[in-house]
Amino acid sequence: MRKVLIANRGEIARRIIRTCKMKGVATVAVYSDADKDLPYVREADEAVHIGPPPVPHSYLNVEAIIAAAKSTNADAIHPGYGLLSENEAFARRVGEEGIVFIGPAPKVIGQMGDKLTARHIMQAAGVPVVPGCEAPVETPDEAAEMAATIGYPVMLKASAGGGGIGMQICRDEQEVRQAYQSAKGRAKAYFGNDAMYVEKYVERPHHIEVQIAADEHGEVIHLLERECSIQRRHQKVLEESPSPFLDQATREELCQAAVLAAKAVGYTGVGTVEFIVDKNKNFYFLEMNTRLQVEHPVTEEMTGLDLVAMQLEIAKGNPLGVAQEDVKALRHAIELRVYAEDPSTFLPSPGTIALYQPPVQEFVRIDDGVEAGTQVTPFYDPMIAKVIVSGATREEAVQRAKEAIEKFLITGIKTNIPFLQEVLADERFRAGEYTTWFVQERVSK
Amino acid sequence: MKQVAATMAGTVIQVLVQAGDQVNDGQDVIVLESMKMEVPVQAQAAGKVVEVKVNIGDFVNDGDIIVELE
Repeated sequence: MRKVLIANRGEIARRIIRTCKMKGVATVAVYSDADKDLPYVREADEAVHIGPPPVPHSYLNVEAIIAAAKSTNADAIHPGYGLLSENEAFARRVGEEGIVFIGPAPKVIGQMGDKLTARHIMQAAGVPVVPGCEAPVETPDEAAEMAATIGYPVMLKASAGGGGIGMQICRDEQEVRQAYQSAKGRAKAYFGNDAMYVEKYVERPHHIEVQIAADEHGEVIHLLERECSIQRRHQKVLEESPSPFLDQATREELCQAAVLAAKAVGYTGVGTVEFIVDKNKNFYFLEMNTRLQVEHPVTEEMTGLDLVAMQLEIAKGNPLGVAQEDVKALRHAIELRVYAEDPSTFLPSPGTIALYQPPVQEFVRIDDGVEAGTQVTPFYDPMIAKVIVSGATREEAVQRAKEAIEKFLITGIKTNIPFLQEVLADERFRAGEYTTWFVQERVSK
Repeated sequence: MKQVAATMAGTVIQVLVQAGDQVNDGQDVIVLESMKMEVPVQAQAAGKVVEVKVNIGDFVNDGDIIVELE
């Protein structure tokens, strides 16, 4: 593997370039008109323009990306996260073109992308799943009937959904009936697949995920968990590891369940198994993300491992090179996601960054995709930077995170930095006592 | 004259009212899209629509007037 094309943009493209450089692998960036001045485009060895700003014409444009890989003689494609990273057809196409897709087999992406299929596979493998239905519910009547069997409250979900999109909490029959048609319509529009299913809604849950890595020789290991319960609109804002909620016995069971899940689908590459954990520490499989995760640096700063380097080695067909017993939580790590958004309404705030001064501090890592003068456009995700801190203890990491985020200076656009400061100062957060309801409970206070 | 202003910068993806329509306080009048998020913009008061100042595909900034009410 001599040259990798990165089918992504912004901070993650830049982060992948960094490891490729270190490993002596050449990089090709692709960019839309809106991104031509971003740092990652300059930092790659080569850069290819792939189209106008809207993603269907650029970052989701399979033909343009394949053409870019061919014209630059790239022998592998790294999809990053989001965009085409969990697109079965794209992964298959890349392989057919004789290019290595850095990720699992296309079939695995497809199986895990369909949430009902994923549930079946996990159940069969003995991984606990949230109580729910086995087949799609086709009508509001069927949905209501299923919900009554499971018991309220329930979560109405799109089988093709994920990442918090296409789901709705329903607390009674009337809500299920009301939500069904509109949710189905949205699923059709967003995912092109309107299969819906019903799951038990776990109250005040924790969202905890396990990082796994698997090579092509059958070796599967876990890289411990990440606590991802601080979310707004079902999207993560802050992640930390180890989870302050888990005890050692539950942690071990959870991580083993993730390894079992990865083995059940014949997973290769790095991936994430997401779980819902209730207040009694019962855990249930939620979904599997068949790609590098946004919050992967938390695991890197905790364990000292480089997940992108692992991805490259696995894609080359090499063995993992890390044994399970060598994976240790050496430090406590926290990631703060900096979004271009209003800190109280969480509404997007595109615009031009005037001043940009990230903190420079020991044990503080900045993964960002912007600089002073960058125009943050409305076409893409609002995340512009990640601040990853670590400490010998959770207390030290939290204190360091507080210092780092206070020093992060961004003007010209609104950011959620004031909100992140509030989270870090919150007593319940400091005590490590929080669930996915944390943000909404704060707002309603 | 009452006005409805955009609550964020983004592209107009739906226009839900037209001149002459009677709108209620809190009714969605247009839908904006920005950074992968669709956000409906609501009228802050009831009234009759005098003019819709944007079209589908227009880019608006936070605070731009999008609808004039009587």
